[in-house]
Amino acid sequence: MNASFTITIDNQSVEATPGESLLEVCRKANIPLPVMCDFKGLSPVGACRLCLVEIEGVPKLLPACTTLVAPNQAVHTQSDKLRKYRRMIIELIFSERNHICAICVANNNCELQKMAYELGMDHVRFPYLTPVCEVDASHEKYVMDHNRCILCTRCVRVCSEIEGAMTRDVMGRGFDARIITEFKQPWGDSTGCTSCGKCVQVCPTGALTPNDAAQGRLKKNPELVALLIEKREAKP
Amino acid sequence: MSSGLNRLTDLEKPATEDARLKRIQTALKRYDARPDALIEILHIVEESYGYVPLWMMALLAKEMKVPPSRIYGVVTFYHFFSLKPKGEHTCVVCTGTACHVRGSQRVLNDIEDEFSVRAGETTPDGKLGLQTARCLGCCSLGPVTVIDNEIIPKSEPEKIVALIHEKAGI
Repeated sequence: MNASFTITIDNQSVEATPGESLLEVCRKANIPLPVMCDFKGLSPVGACRLCLVEIEGVPKLLPACTTLVAPNQAVHTQSDKLRKYRRMIIELIFSERNHICAICVANNNCELQKMAYELGMDHVRFPYLTPVCEVDASHEKYVMDHNRCILCTRCVRVCSEIEGAMTRDVMGRGFDARIITEFKQPWGDSTGCTSCGKCVQVCPTGALTPNDAAQGRLKKNPELVALLIEKREAKP
Repeated sequence: MSSGLNRLTDLEKPATEDARLKRIQTALKRYDARPDALIEILHIVEESYGYVPLWMMALLAKEMKVPPSRIYGVVTFYHFFSLKPKGEHTCVVCTGTACHVRGSQRVLNDIEDEFSVRAGETTPDGKLGLQTARCLGCCSLGPVTVIDNEIIPKSEPEKIVALIHEKAGI
């Protein structure tokens, strides 16, 4: 049933198994794809749209993380069109909240910042929305700064899928969407949070940080969570 | 919408038990408190109370074993549910394209001015809740206004204001 087949990615033949996503196949074949919301071991959501790829015969661009492989697929991961769209997407992410690297704890240690450099973003062509966002510093160890959140929902997924506490989710829609703890309560009031800090480690920006991090001094360790996920999957 | 965090005290169930609570408990039993019946039960809550109180969400989270954040996420995602009491009478003005072209903005402005209430809010006395909708699917009747679930076709500002005075008694 699970017979593998071959697909073409950037003109090279790659082996794929039914049920795998394009992103998983690309990872195995060492084909780089920009990702922001995806975290290996967590369920894919297709929130950031940075992993868009072109598939021959499909008129629209599809995110590699939520697109399953199919026999005879011919995929392109690099093209002028894709570069243009990815640039636009990262600029839109920046324009949505108040991302000011110079005063951020995650400066030089931020996946969003790194991604913007990689994609060659030198300015943002869209007007900033500058929403009024709260900072929740009620937790004894961590801070949630919604100004720096990109709604990738890695924290939501790691909390429900790995820790199993399910304290986080997304409320509202569009411009009003926010990550919430329990009934939109202060994080410190949460009775379900185990303070494990996995959400802080997987957060790609300075939105979730330990509260003792000084500006530009933040060190995160997402590899620790990745390793933990691997261990749990391999559980004897 | 984003400002203001909820406190633990907001989650406490009021001491009074009434027919509305009975209705919810019956519904919970009927659906066997299955987590996938969350939206159905929230519908019944919204119909019974006119909104979804926080303490009710806390109760449902406990009974149905659904994470609190999930319930809050669902309630804030769908416009059908509201977090605040809606008012004794409701008035919905359609601001869809067809109604807009036919002058629904004037209807809305007149109601807002007359009753000192903004769209999406309720008058301080709790008598009238004013909402907007994007197309009710009967564009040929536009501008459409819905007062207490009754559709008023070809609404004229003066007539609608008078009708609200009459129905809501304000």
